[in-house]
Amino acid sequence: MLEKKAGKQTSQLQKFPSIIATASIVGPKEGKGPLADYFDQAVDDEFWGEKSWEKAESKFMREVLAKVVSKASMAMDALDFVIAGDLLNQCIAANFGIRESNIPFYGIYGACSTIGEAMQLGAALIEGGFAFNVACLTSSHFCSAEKQFRFPLELGSQRHPTAQWTVTGSGGIILSAEGDGPYITRFTTGKIVDMGIKDQNNMGAAMAPAAADTIYAHFEDTGLSPDYYDMIVTGDLGKVGKRITEDLLSSNGIRISKLLNDCGLMIFDSKQDVHAGGSGCGCAATVFAGFLYDRLKKGKLNRILFVPTGALLSPTSVQQGETIPCIAHAVAIENTKGVNQ
Amino acid sequence: MQHIMTKNDYRKYVDKVSPNSKTVRNTLRAFVVGGFICMIGQFFMNSFKQMGLDQEVTSSLTSIVMIFLGVSLTALNLYDDLGKFAGAGSIVPITGFANAVASPAIEYKSEGYVLGIGARMFLIAGPVLVYGISMSIIAGIFRYLLKH
Repeated sequence: MLEKKAGKQTSQLQKFPSIIATASIVGPKEGKGPLADYFDQAVDDEFWGEKSWEKAESKFMREVLAKVVSKASMAMDALDFVIAGDLLNQCIAANFGIRESNIPFYGIYGACSTIGEAMQLGAALIEGGFAFNVACLTSSHFCSAEKQFRFPLELGSQRHPTAQWTVTGSGGIILSAEGDGPYITRFTTGKIVDMGIKDQNNMGAAMAPAAADTIYAHFEDTGLSPDYYDMIVTGDLGKVGKRITEDLLSSNGIRISKLLNDCGLMIFDSKQDVHAGGSGCGCAATVFAGFLYDRLKKGKLNRILFVPTGALLSPTSVQQGETIPCIAHAVAIENTKGVNQ
Repeated sequence: MQHIMTKNDYRKYVDKVSPNSKTVRNTLRAFVVGGFICMIGQFFMNSFKQMGLDQEVTSSLTSIVMIFLGVSLTALNLYDDLGKFAGAGSIVPITGFANAVASPAIEYKSEGYVLGIGARMFLIAGPVLVYGISMSIIAGIFRYLLKH
């Protein structure tokens, strides 16, 4: 009997891992956005003193790990695991960013949903008694992502209105078996959903069915009603994807328009020329580590359902004419421990 | 979920709710900027002719000057802004071709001179060269056959 499992996809926690610290470092464009005041640091040069975009992205991750550990007032050694991921081939930003830390490491890939995946795995490690402190980190970099997934930066081309802008930045959190909250109370692990979208310039439309599927499963599995939460916040659906998610859920009897927000829409101002909104592993991670954690800590929000979304494509799969498989992982974060049945 | 659309219905629905590019505005901008770039080319061509150079030298010199301008604007981080504004207007002229060769060269410099710049320089312009040269050979064969 699995006493911690609810329905098909949801895990109900009983030890309630606490998020004891967060840290976020972002790039220049994000540092001019509406959430600028909530980030720990905004660097003004995308290279950040390094010789390549990839090296700069690793530095983002390395510095965020150092910062989050120092904000938690703990020694690096006190971490039992680091779980990290990014968008680059073979996850080099994470692998190279973490290599000097000397801590047991899980490198994971869930595209832009990676921070959700990391939080779920970290919470499960603590819940299972395998770890006391776990750091979860992700990063993305506009320039390295453009280089890998699209065109060289200096190429004079136009972007489609449904295209999204990869966030430059890294966000990290530390989960601990002890702490005074906010706590991870339950999570719903997403399934891969592919509704046949091939256009990599419309990732919001590709990811929306995955987001809707996970959110629907969360309420189905837990029996909670959507207004249990103060906010349901998706990762990087952007304008188009957010609207589609609302439509898909409302046709299934779940109305969350008033509660639904999207990190991709929160991190940039519509005047910042980012078309449909922000995206990337760093998008949900920095918005959570910067803004949402602050709101939770100050009691402005008490219960949120955080749903990072990811498009699991590669440049090769796109060139071979494949459709885009997508995923979304939901993590419930609350200021009170609550009771899970 | 209970109500799930078929993939086909979903694609149609996505097309309906996704904003389209502003075609009229983009076409006008492409026309104006593309025309302006060609005017600059024409200015150099006329100037070289006035200097008494013959047709062949004039054409080559004009191309060289335009390529130089395209590459310089790319290196100065300006051509991408022009391209964002003008679209095809700055892609189609020879300056756009220069930009398509120079931009990956800058981007991949971090991977070294051989496997970076050397191997990746024609990432975008390569297909144009392959099919452009192939088509000119086919056209040449037709011309030969028609003449004989």
